[in-house]
Amino acid sequence: MGEMHYSKPGAGDRFPPTRLSAIVSARAEDPDERQRAFETIISAYWKPVYKYIRLKWYRTGEDAQDLTQSFFAQAIEKRFFDSYDPSKSRFRTFVRICLDGFLANEDKAAKRIKRGGNVQTLSLDFEAAEGELRATREPAAPVGEDFFDREWTRSLFSLALDSFRKKCEQSGKQIQFNMFERYYLSEDDSKPGYQRLSSEFEVPTTSVTNYLAFGRREFRKALLEHLQELTSTDEEFRREARSLLGQEP
Amino acid sequence: MKWISDDALLRLRDAAEEPDLEGTPYRLIRKVGAGGMSVVYLAQDARLNRNVALKIMNVSDESGNLASRMTREAQIVARLEHPAIVPIHDVGRLEDGRVFYTMKYVQGRRLDHYVASRPALTEMLRVFQRVCEAVSFAHSCSVIHRDIKPENIMVGAFGEVLVMDWGIAKILGKPGEPRTEPLRYEAYSEPGPDQTATLIDPRANSGNETADGAIIGTPAYMSPEQAAGDNQRVDFRTDVYALGAILHFILTGSPPFEAADLRTGQSQTPALRGKVQPALEATCLKALNHDSEKRYASAQAMAADISAFLDGLSVSAYKESALEKAARLLARNRPLVILILAYLLMRLLVLVFFRR
Repeated sequence: MGEMHYSKPGAGDRFPPTRLSAIVSARAEDPDERQRAFETIISAYWKPVYKYIRLKWYRTGEDAQDLTQSFFAQAIEKRFFDSYDPSKSRFRTFVRICLDGFLANEDKAAKRIKRGGNVQTLSLDFEAAEGELRATREPAAPVGEDFFDREWTRSLFSLALDSFRKKCEQSGKQIQFNMFERYYLSEDDSKPGYQRLSSEFEVPTTSVTNYLAFGRREFRKALLEHLQELTSTDEEFRREARSLLGQEP
Repeated sequence: MKWISDDALLRLRDAAEEPDLEGTPYRLIRKVGAGGMSVVYLAQDARLNRNVALKIMNVSDESGNLASRMTREAQIVARLEHPAIVPIHDVGRLEDGRVFYTMKYVQGRRLDHYVASRPALTEMLRVFQRVCEAVSFAHSCSVIHRDIKPENIMVGAFGEVLVMDWGIAKILGKPGEPRTEPLRYEAYSEPGPDQTATLIDPRANSGNETADGAIIGTPAYMSPEQAAGDNQRVDFRTDVYALGAILHFILTGSPPFEAADLRTGQSQTPALRGKVQPALEATCLKALNHDSEKRYASAQAMAADISAFLDGLSVSAYKESALEKAARLLARNRPLVILILAYLLMRLLVLVFFRR
């Protein structure tokens, strides 16, 4: 039996283009590189951290905001993440453990904040995070590791979706993004079928198939690119990809 | 940044996981199973408007070894054209470089689920007979399955039987001939959902030949030589052993050596004793013999014994006593025996009546 070559010449882009790991760059000597790395890490982690403080540690919104700011400020200042060892745990687990340790000493930290200590203020949309908490179902079990992991996944997927949207906007493919969003993110129970999408977007059904396939491919690519940035080694990246998607990239 | 609800998160996760079938004639419908190294989807072949099962790798394969092995797996199954072996329709490569193949989408129950529904013993034995026949056919094509287990056998709604997952099948020299050529095929396998894990020693993946000492198969259905990683001794009787384990499962609801030491200490299971007819017990135990030389020489020979049992004949694996033979003949010829007895009784009554 001969193998049919369904691939196009030059295809084979299942692996995302190599992106520098922010976890590795966070240890760099160059302060600019370190700063960029922290921005990447914070963009993915601030919401899980904030929500975790709110629900696991029962802090008010105001306290949780201060503590989130303070946690990342200390992480940058004291270079928490330098001691991360990928052979021992996932980075997200490491962050949660650091956060628990930080919060255990929270009295001191809180006092520092009240004293107006050296906390670098990050521009984070806490109002949006608070709104998301209200929209999230009440956790059935006590908030713990699973909650943090789920929020981290949500944050990662949001970043990927954002990148995918920007890419579509830049390349004039808004219709592809809008259709993808309509099909996969519709909150109403009646998920639109291909026929409905065809009439809503005024394109043939075959285009719906192609647009959604494009969307899946580009979204997956964006997701893996962000994941690569947020893992420190190739092994960790593959492990996380398998954990998230049930398959290795 | 848009907030994503829990439900939407699951949908996006599925979307990111789905393979891109663009450029192929297949349209993905849904995932039907996943294992350690591959995923099986239900897909529609748009050319023929029929559903197929599409199997695709889901692990990294930078060296390309898995891709070539998967192609070989498809090629092996393709040469096994038999009603009880799942047919391959197509093999190809996706745009992302992954190899996939499509095969008949089998709707039915796995053998373990079928057995759990408690069908009649004769019905189960007929299913088992068809499994033996499929394996025997594969052997006639010099292919050994090496991972026969209830999870890899499907029983259809109309009694059709299909032996699945030839992922770690191996091509041998012709039956009875010495192996002069190197083993040409070594593939991987994966545990499907709810399946007993298939063990693959990393050493087995290093090349086309099975490294001696590499353990490939599923522990509960694995022959001693397979469990010992003695791949030079792995041959058709290795599958015969697995068939014995399947028969044991059919007869008792459990495999023979659930918690047995893989490499040593496999002893005959007491689970059969007294629970099934001696001829069936002997058939099962002969296939499960630790010494491969003492097992059935072929799956066909085992199928013949099962057929004989179903027909009320003696089986080669069991030497009957005169009493057992008489009982079997009586059971086999029950209508005739009843007629004769009725006739004799009538003659007796007539005799008694006229004597008065």
